[in-house]
Amino acid sequence: MSNLQVNIGDLKLKNPVMTASGTFGYGLEFQDFVPLHELGGIIVKGTTLHPREGNDYPRMAETPGGMLNCVGLQNKGVDYFCQHIYPQICDIDTNMIVNVSGSSPEDYAECAARIDALEKIPAIELNISCPNVKDGGMAFGVTCAGAESVVKAVRKAYHKTLIVKLSPNVTNISDIARTCEAEGADAVSLINTLMGMAIDIEKRRPVLSIKTGGLSGPCVKPVALRMVWQVANAVRIPVVGLGGIMNAHDAIEFFMAGATAIEIGTANFIDPAVTLKVRDGINEWLDQHGCQSIQEIIGAIH
Amino acid sequence: MEPVGGRCVLLRLTDDKPLPEMCPGQFVEVRIDHTPSTLLRRPISVCFVDRESNELWLLVAAVGDGTRHLAALKAGDVLNCVLPLGNGWDMNSAGDSSPLLIGGGVGVAPLLYLGAELKQQGCEPTFLLGARTSSDLLMLDEFRRYGRVFVTTEDGSEGEHGFVTNHSLLGQEQFSHIYTCGPKPMMVAVARLADKLGVTCEASLENMMACGLGACLCCVEKTTEGNLCVCKEGPVFDTKKLLWS
Repeated sequence: MSNLQVNIGDLKLKNPVMTASGTFGYGLEFQDFVPLHELGGIIVKGTTLHPREGNDYPRMAETPGGMLNCVGLQNKGVDYFCQHIYPQICDIDTNMIVNVSGSSPEDYAECAARIDALEKIPAIELNISCPNVKDGGMAFGVTCAGAESVVKAVRKAYHKTLIVKLSPNVTNISDIARTCEAEGADAVSLINTLMGMAIDIEKRRPVLSIKTGGLSGPCVKPVALRMVWQVANAVRIPVVGLGGIMNAHDAIEFFMAGATAIEIGTANFIDPAVTLKVRDGINEWLDQHGCQSIQEIIGAIH
Repeated sequence: MEPVGGRCVLLRLTDDKPLPEMCPGQFVEVRIDHTPSTLLRRPISVCFVDRESNELWLLVAAVGDGTRHLAALKAGDVLNCVLPLGNGWDMNSAGDSSPLLIGGGVGVAPLLYLGAELKQQGCEPTFLLGARTSSDLLMLDEFRRYGRVFVTTEDGSEGEHGFVTNHSLLGQEQFSHIYTCGPKPMMVAVARLADKLGVTCEASLENMMACGLGACLCCVEKTTEGNLCVCKEGPVFDTKKLLWS
């Protein structure tokens, strides 16, 4: 049995396996399949200051080795979260992390401030990379100036562990990561989905209601891995890796590329119990290779 | 697995353990293994549960790569299923009288188990089943075991010519409740008809899903209560709630 504990800033994870925002609901949806307290962390769905209805259906298109989505941050707003959802999840004995999105730095900061007040939410993941909403989201994550404005505002309002989720839809992701680090982010997570498209050739129109969507699933893994490796070499803060992780093998690749922890997203849809299988698979691999700790393989490529 | 007409096959699944309790209208998320072009599970409604033989029946129309793969399975193949999912039909709405079950195409699937359970609880279900042509009418003999069966085909090759909503039965008899499943335009027409007749109506939707658990919010339908997940808050909805947009 190897030591799987890792730290992200002040946050202690019993193991490095977390769930990606938007793929695991509030955790409760998966409790029949996963003993939630055994996860390293659960990143709950994107939360905004005001309620959002999200985009019209169709919001999803399956593609070879992946899927596109354009959910568009449907959620009932941060106040609903605090009053109705937080009481249901606050006693789950793992790191319950809220993914926060917004359409202005002030929105982000206000939303983060309200979550700061929740005792049992030890961290937020700042989503500056949602490709599916017009008014914000990715707009802040594709330039250093945009990222700086949001992270600066939130850092003032939020005092616990701040993870910033980066967009892959950029020319140089390392520059954005360095900006987040400079503005006080405790960690970065990457990658959010890649902008993509699918067309219904019989109807001669895009499959998704807003024409484009975010691509996820095993098809994005090589891109995600490359970006995690680049960013891990560019910043000193921990990197949380995600993008197409389906099994322990994939996860170990991300650790070797420099990730301190990982998130599992789309794979939850194919196997709702996949997360702990990945944790067990990591453990097994470490044992087989004589590693005492997960730390021995983080950034361990030559 | 047996062909049942059109592009459809009936999969009869079993397990070493007793199958869990399933309600009519619930569905199963079936994993599709070994196909290069698919990734996600396929939601398939529960067609019938045979408790004596511990069998779950799934009626599958081979319309895309995933369902074509399912239709090509052979006896003894193993399927990974998550079940049961979704809410199911309201079994109390039928009262103790005469519910009408209107199905179209492969959408007749969940009505078989529903009809069987309604009969079990003392109702006399009537089935009104439509298809494009006679070879697309599915499992009529199975339906006849649980109630009267009326049929329409769009080409007039069997039963009355036209759509289910034009069937002469609707002008002649009164029903306590309507359950419907089929192509969306048909369900819209059925919902309108129910409204006109002053009869309560439930429809089962089949929006494209990813998680099947109410987590990803991909399969939403517009309702009077906002966007609701077809997988979790559905697939069955009171048609008064649906905006059909």
